[in-house]
Amino acid sequence: MTTAAPALSRPSLGRLSAVELRKSADTRAGFWLLAVIALLAVAIVVLQLVFGEAAEDDNLSSLVSSAVQIVSLIVPVLGILLVTSEWSQRTGLATFALVPQRERVIAAKSIGATVLTLAAVTACVVVSVIGAAVAGGDWDLGLGELGRFTLYELITMLGGVAFGLAFMNSALAIVMYFVIPIGWSILGETISALDKPADWLDLGRPMTTLADNAVAMSGTDWAQLGTATAVWVGLVMVIGLARLRRTELK
Amino acid sequence: MAMIAVEHLTKRYGRQLAVDDISFRCEPGTVTGFLGPNGAGKSTTLRMICGLTTPNAGTATVLDTTYRSLPNPGREVGVLLDASAQHAGRTGREALTLTAKVLGVGNGRVDELMEYVGLSKAAGRKRVGTYSLGMRQRLGIAQALVGEPRVLILDEPANGLDPEGIAWMRRLLRDFADRAGTVLLSSHLLREVEAVADQLVVIGRGKIVAQGTKAELLAATGVIVRGLDQGELHEALADAGLSATPGSDGALLVDADAEAVGRAAAAAGVVLVELRPADTGGLEELFLSLTSSNAEEALIS
Repeated sequence: MTTAAPALSRPSLGRLSAVELRKSADTRAGFWLLAVIALLAVAIVVLQLVFGEAAEDDNLSSLVSSAVQIVSLIVPVLGILLVTSEWSQRTGLATFALVPQRERVIAAKSIGATVLTLAAVTACVVVSVIGAAVAGGDWDLGLGELGRFTLYELITMLGGVAFGLAFMNSALAIVMYFVIPIGWSILGETISALDKPADWLDLGRPMTTLADNAVAMSGTDWAQLGTATAVWVGLVMVIGLARLRRTELK
Repeated sequence: MAMIAVEHLTKRYGRQLAVDDISFRCEPGTVTGFLGPNGAGKSTTLRMICGLTTPNAGTATVLDTTYRSLPNPGREVGVLLDASAQHAGRTGREALTLTAKVLGVGNGRVDELMEYVGLSKAAGRKRVGTYSLGMRQRLGIAQALVGEPRVLILDEPANGLDPEGIAWMRRLLRDFADRAGTVLLSSHLLREVEAVADQLVVIGRGKIVAQGTKAELLAATGVIVRGLDQGELHEALADAGLSATPGSDGALLVDADAEAVGRAAAAAGVVLVELRPADTGGLEELFLSLTSSNAEEALIS
């Protein structure tokens, strides 16, 4: 028999995060999504080594930059499904019955997503290192660059988690994740009054700079990255959490 | 101490009252059958008890506190709200393992539970998408039991089970209650809970229409009467001050003894073709008559 004491303590965030991490890989769909991410990293490195220009592209930091960017096309989908599968597969009924403090589930999912991001970036680096070794290119990957690439992937992933939570529907969240920022960019370019604010709320431009190993991040870039992330990740997450608190789980 | 206490619970969707001022209590060592036709408000009530749906009014407490303030609910309350709400791509054993991990119970308990609910090792390796509803119910029961709770809340747990499975479920719930556990289970089929429940709460269109111990409800069922002309009979009974409710098959259920009904019919010259105590049909008549309040309203208007 177990004693009463552990029964009365709530599950730690670490334990919940480990469960969420496990949930991302223990289904066929989840497994293949992770596999596709790894395959994309391999594919882009091979393509770049075969078709790229040796002088510019066969160095480690350029390879990692490409791998991280191609992987970022799938990473948000992973983040979205981490949340929306609770609704599409209706597992939320059991999940939120076991952990009634709903925001703790989302915190655990975000931590799980962060671990997955670090794993994805690690995979990109490993594949690139192998690529660079084969091609005999430069080994010029700095810690600063690695930090930038990791941050880039993390913002992408957590944006997915936030959109998944705000829409609570896989298809809708995926479409909105890709359409809304593009729509905002177009709006900013066509309406002159929005020109200034658009620069501060457009996540696409500073993110492209962030992931580019050949361009330095200026102070303005960092500031604009901060404001845009606060809106497209932070604000969307806050809206999602407010919705989650009220929503009825069926 | 009531293990589950529901007080004046009310839930409104737009203009529709899904649950209308419901109150009942579940004591340790008892099985409570929560009965009603589909759409009567059973699931909504159970979700409100488990903190998944917010009531518009009233309160529900489990172990003297709200469900949402239980630190690790699965260790005290086993919940199965919908057996089909499982990830189709996850294996049965994996689904149970995830629950065990959240609750902080060991993997040994997972194997133990799979065996206890009758899911073989081979079944445990299959994805839930390939499971029959009966197998999902067994998996759901295992998930509810894995934390060794004192209270069980089950929504339609007998759905999809074969007769052998229903008998197994009854034994399991009886056994759980006999070891001082508290069970609240819903069903839209009286027969499923009749054999196992100590207490019944019958709900129709969001309202409680009857509640009490099985014995109490059986004693209060009155007589079943059928006349050559049911309209005339209904009038005759009303004139005699007896309230009659239409039963399942057009017969009237009257809360009075056979003599009073016979005299009322004789006084009005109505020919009777059937007059018998209602409890020969068990609680079925009661259940059907009480929940067909829609039919009653149609008849009156």
